[in-house]
Amino acid sequence: MTRYFTDEHEWIEVEGTTATVGITDYAQSQLGDIVFAEVPAVGAQLFKGGDAAVVESVKAASDVYAPVSGSVTEANDALADDPALVNSDPEGAGWFFKLELSDPSELDGLMDAAAYKAFVDSL
Amino acid sequence: MGDDTEMLELPLGDWHRAKGARMVPFASYAMPIQYEGIMAEHLWTRENAGLSDVSHMGQLILSGEGAAAALEKLVPGDISALKEGRMRYSLLLSEEGGVLDDLMVTAAPTGLYVVINGAVKHQDIAFLRANLPSGIDINHLEDRALLALQGPKAVEAIARVVPGVDQLYFMEADLFLWGEVPLWISRSGYTGEDGVEISVSADQVEALADALCAQPEVKPIGLGARDSLRLEAGLPLYGHDMDPTTDPVEGNASFAVSKRRRAEGGFNGADRILKALADGPARKLVGLSVEGKLPVREGAPVFVGDTQVGVITSGGFAPSVGAPIAMGYVAAGHNAVGTPLEAEVRGKRVPLAVASMPFIPHRYHRRVISSQAKA
Repeated sequence: MTRYFTDEHEWIEVEGTTATVGITDYAQSQLGDIVFAEVPAVGAQLFKGGDAAVVESVKAASDVYAPVSGSVTEANDALADDPALVNSDPEGAGWFFKLELSDPSELDGLMDAAAYKAFVDSL
Repeated sequence: MGDDTEMLELPLGDWHRAKGARMVPFASYAMPIQYEGIMAEHLWTRENAGLSDVSHMGQLILSGEGAAAALEKLVPGDISALKEGRMRYSLLLSEEGGVLDDLMVTAAPTGLYVVINGAVKHQDIAFLRANLPSGIDINHLEDRALLALQGPKAVEAIARVVPGVDQLYFMEADLFLWGEVPLWISRSGYTGEDGVEISVSADQVEALADALCAQPEVKPIGLGARDSLRLEAGLPLYGHDMDPTTDPVEGNASFAVSKRRRAEGGFNGADRILKALADGPARKLVGLSVEGKLPVREGAPVFVGDTQVGVITSGGFAPSVGAPIAMGYVAAGHNAVGTPLEAEVRGKRVPLAVASMPFIPHRYHRRVISSQAKA
């Protein structure tokens, strides 16, 4: 399993050709209290950099982008009842969706944990 | 905006940062949006006392012979009737009767003390200068900061620091001394809670903020909580729920058109406003309860079936309600409490119902007059 990160503060954990996507701890800390999360429908086709999900804090709605292209195989239904999971466990139980990668080579441009940490430290 | 270098600095800017605030641009200033979190700060204020820095707002003294009568040409409130130490919410009106700003006017010993919104303060001052007689002096108190301490424990907390403040009732103000520092304190605010607003010299505000935050009931709260608190209290946010295209009747602020002024007119837009009072407005600002958990925000269109009948002007998650709520304009005929409507959010319809405001009851410390007590 390998975890990658985007400069839009999503994480993606890849196992073979399937992946789990969420937002990073830095992202949730910037957003503040999450009150609603809208996850994509199973079967939805996502495109790298395109809209994938929406997360709403008390203050504002923010888009979550697809780190890579693929089709959605599962969405985290637990977020409907408990959107605060994104605050309490963003890189675990607060995941958003899983997808089947359509072009694994798209992973090449993403950051690893060390690169992402350096990126966040630079902000 | 968005670039730190373009933002103006509040007297308490570094104090906010030291308290862990996240600063955002607002009304040209770097202002604290939150410290520990909007939800926690909101709920703390409803139970205890939240201190917010509103020093971006404009503080003016209008003075000179006939200042009250002169201001009455530009606002629909009965300013002449204000006794010293009493205050009133009012609206600055364009010639057409549109709302240029909402403001608080207090009869102070030195003149009319007027507090205006930060985002429009410079244009307000220019408008006042152009529309008040030259004999009326406008003193912009740029060397003063403004703090709001709000919540059910706000007054007991400040009374420990500044004895006597608990003697004020809602919408009363007076001069107090904190040691040798003069403070102009009013029992007022914009959260629906009991509390005070404190005008203090900018060079003393940090010491005062520290003294207030040393009280166990008091925590600093940011703009985020201030916004969710005022929304639950059904209080309009200027520039969102009211603007120059709305008149006071549409804006659910008919109460600000005083009885004497209704009879006499003589203020900007009186024809339009008195007609709207008599006939009912074509659209009205209403509260809206939202079904489900999806927040409905400013700009979302409001429908009955395929017909758009309104637009959301403020909306978000309401921590004390535990659900999303909103405010918006809806066309006449759709504004009765309970009317079912729908908002459109990202292509989806969200059920709404017109709700009575406030969403959370006001808890002001009113002076009870015996005739009102009987009524």
